Amino acid sequence: MVGIKAYGGYVPRRRLPRSVIVEANGWFNSGLKGYSKGERSMCNWDEDALTMAVEASRDCLDQSRPDDIKAIYLASTTLPFTDRQNSGILGTALNLGQNMMTMDITSSQRAGTSGLINALNVAKGMGGSALFAAGEHRRSQTANNNELMYGDGGAALLLGNDDVVAEYIGAGQIAVDFVDHYRGQNADFDYNWEERWIRDEGFMKIVPDAVQAALDNTGIAADEIDHFVMPGTIRNIAAMVGKRCGIKGEAARDNLHGVMGEAGTAHSLVMLVDCLQDAKPGELVMLIGWGQGCDALIFRTTDKLPTMANRKGIKGHLAHRKEETNYNKFLAFNGLVLQDGGLRSETDKQTALTTLYRNKEMVIGFVGGKCEQCGTVQFPKSRICVNPNCGAINTQEDHKMAETTAQIQSWTADNLTYAPDPPHHFGMVNFSEGGRMMADFTDVDEGGVAVGDEFRMVFRIKAADEKRGFNKYFWKAAPKIQAS
Amino acid sequence: MASGIKDKVAILGMGCSKFGERWDCDAEDLIVEAYQEAIVDAGIQTSQIDAAWFATAIEEVHVGKSGVPLSVALRLPNIPVTRVENFCASGTEAFRGAVYAVASGAADIALAVGVEKLKDTGYGGLPQRGAGPLNDMIRNNGSAPGGFAQLATAYSQKHGVDMETVKKAIGAISVKSHANGAKNPKAHLQKAVSLETVLNAPMIAAPLGLFDCCGVSDGSAAAIVTTPEIAKSMGKHDLITVKALQLAVSNGQESGHNSWDGSYFLTTRKAAERAYKEAGIEKPREQISMFECHDCFSITEMVTMEDLYISNEGEAWRDVLDGFYNADGQVPCQIDGGLKCFGHPIGASGLRMLYEMYFQLTGRAGERQLKDPVFGMTHNLGGQPHQNVSSVAIIGHQGA
Repeated sequence: MVGIKAYGGYVPRRRLPRSVIVEANGWFNSGLKGYSKGERSMCNWDEDALTMAVEASRDCLDQSRPDDIKAIYLASTTLPFTDRQNSGILGTALNLGQNMMTMDITSSQRAGTSGLINALNVAKGMGGSALFAAGEHRRSQTANNNELMYGDGGAALLLGNDDVVAEYIGAGQIAVDFVDHYRGQNADFDYNWEERWIRDEGFMKIVPDAVQAALDNTGIAADEIDHFVMPGTIRNIAAMVGKRCGIKGEAARDNLHGVMGEAGTAHSLVMLVDCLQDAKPGELVMLIGWGQGCDALIFRTTDKLPTMANRKGIKGHLAHRKEETNYNKFLAFNGLVLQDGGLRSETDKQTALTTLYRNKEMVIGFVGGKCEQCGTVQFPKSRICVNPNCGAINTQEDHKMAETTAQIQSWTADNLTYAPDPPHHFGMVNFSEGGRMMADFTDVDEGGVAVGDEFRMVFRIKAADEKRGFNKYFWKAAPKIQAS
Repeated sequence: MASGIKDKVAILGMGCSKFGERWDCDAEDLIVEAYQEAIVDAGIQTSQIDAAWFATAIEEVHVGKSGVPLSVALRLPNIPVTRVENFCASGTEAFRGAVYAVASGAADIALAVGVEKLKDTGYGGLPQRGAGPLNDMIRNNGSAPGGFAQLATAYSQKHGVDMETVKKAIGAISVKSHANGAKNPKAHLQKAVSLETVLNAPMIAAPLGLFDCCGVSDGSAAAIVTTPEIAKSMGKHDLITVKALQLAVSNGQESGHNSWDGSYFLTTRKAAERAYKEAGIEKPREQISMFECHDCFSITEMVTMEDLYISNEGEAWRDVLDGFYNADGQVPCQIDGGLKCFGHPIGASGLRMLYEMYFQLTGRAGERQLKDPVFGMTHNLGGQPHQNVSSVAIIGHQGA
């Protein structure tokens, strides 16, 4: 049976209370004042849809790197590259090799679920497994409702035909060019139409059709559904739609509005992962994807579900939380304010693509070297072993270092260098399997770093080449995610 | 071991420009200022110089590459001029080139000049610059103080000296250097500061505050060297000769192999060991009369005091607090005010340090004059603690 073999989630640790946004912009748009409750997740300056997809995928794969992955999908409408395959970067970052199909799925909030249906069918047809990841870093104009409704996050699912934790039963799909919002080719922000129309003519009419199609296709009755996973920022929309479809009232899942906001294309999967973290074996889950029509997928959890207990998922990442009350920081991190970065920010950040290609495993995959002769792990991998007692030539094998613990030997908080979130923390870290590097730190707080701390490595934006629209990615050391 | 450089080359003359924010000067002006003093001190004509070495580090924002800028500035008579760059040891590298040329017999008289015009870069601190396409992809972001600040956390951890004591000791280092610099008309910063001021200064890179960092300035220094025999034939006496010139360069061990603990400079220890051997010095703490070390940051100086084997490992902080390195202490360090007060025009710094040692040894250091120095040592450290170049030079009275 085809289904979900593993899941992972990611939510940036920074949470912006909505009251902070309302306080900043309520003077201009008094309509915001009714939305002061709860908080939204916000990316650090070095996070985007791709880095969140990488983190969610790492959570999903949990150290393992299955050798039967035959396809990698990445769904998002906020991918860092319009013409450079983002799922390929994801695959390289995860060190999954190159004998597979990679594909970006985009252009609609429904890309997450439509892509998932497609990936499940592909996995079923060709055997092996497929990685399906989604991430969304949503931007909005200041003083727009979207600023309050949106959040950033990602999720990942490993799909396959054996040992599934949730079996895929079937789906129903409706395609309707119902435009509740859109974002044109060169537009920075979404443009929305009236909410009441979206509710009455959109959700309330289109979703039930898809739900019915899914039920018809699978022979399942509406009241058998245990978890109704439906995103939507309109208040109580899932419960209202569920009721119209004949789904039990208590089945409607929380849309996570209170704790993170809506993560666009990724949000259906974010909510699905959150649901699977609550679900019990043998339950029926209906997953809704909305956007110019509707997808409805039905899964049944299996007795393997408890094997996922070690995944941080969405709940674990939600628990790893830092409140950010500086609205200006939110604006700066999202490029919504003209900020003087100072002289040190003005250096040219061009990337030599030849160099990047030769060193893609090192730079994107964080692969170092291990000397076959003396066993010394080193980064970067080099021709001559760094061990002063060895010095062997051409003896280094690839050594994956991303999943090893990085212990801090020395560190500083640098106020002089240019950093989007000063002071810039960095330091010498020693890896648990050997090797070391002077590493940038991220997601740390002033006063929150000490010699001996054990960090983990994370894939992040190293620098943005704004002149050419190119993000440089590399690995940084960050505090470990605290288990929920 | 090779026979070494000891007493094979004598300093014929030296010059040093005023260091500081020389808003009215180009690099050419600074070069000529240092050179004029050196050539008068040497008592020779430009036409007598056989070869020259020219140190500038950040050529992208400076005078450009090659030996041409020096040759043009001094209208050198089409002699060989070689530009050298080796991070902060660049000035000492120019000196090394000139000294080796004389020692080899390839030149009778050689010139070394270093210059840097940092105040045209627009930066406080050294300019931000790339390190090549691959390094820019995998190297950390961070400033020079950020890299050196980490010596403090590692030192504190290794020797069990709490950060408050470390902070106080490195603060005392800056207070001492400012006291010395206040007596030096060529220094950029000629003002004494209190420990309280140092400790309460704004943080640059924890735990280094503003006064833990050296200044940023423009400057140039020059040396003219020859053989002792030629110097004597020119009527010179009480010669100051080169005793040792050593350079040690990281090979990636500190940055890539877990054997280095981050609390010291591997290269400086190696360069110092070789330099003492070359100079025939067995007990540096007793024999070195004075030294100028690379105090780009106060913590660098403290750690270097140990790496040069003047203080025992883990005890430099105590020597500092005891006044061992003060002007009236046992081994005065940075008697001219150091990088702390001169700033660090990179190409010039090594030669500026030698200039002070030379003037001390020849009894011409004015208000700062120490009593009967025999050996003067200089030290440069360029790069970052985990990957760097380190130079050690020792000069002294001929026959000492």
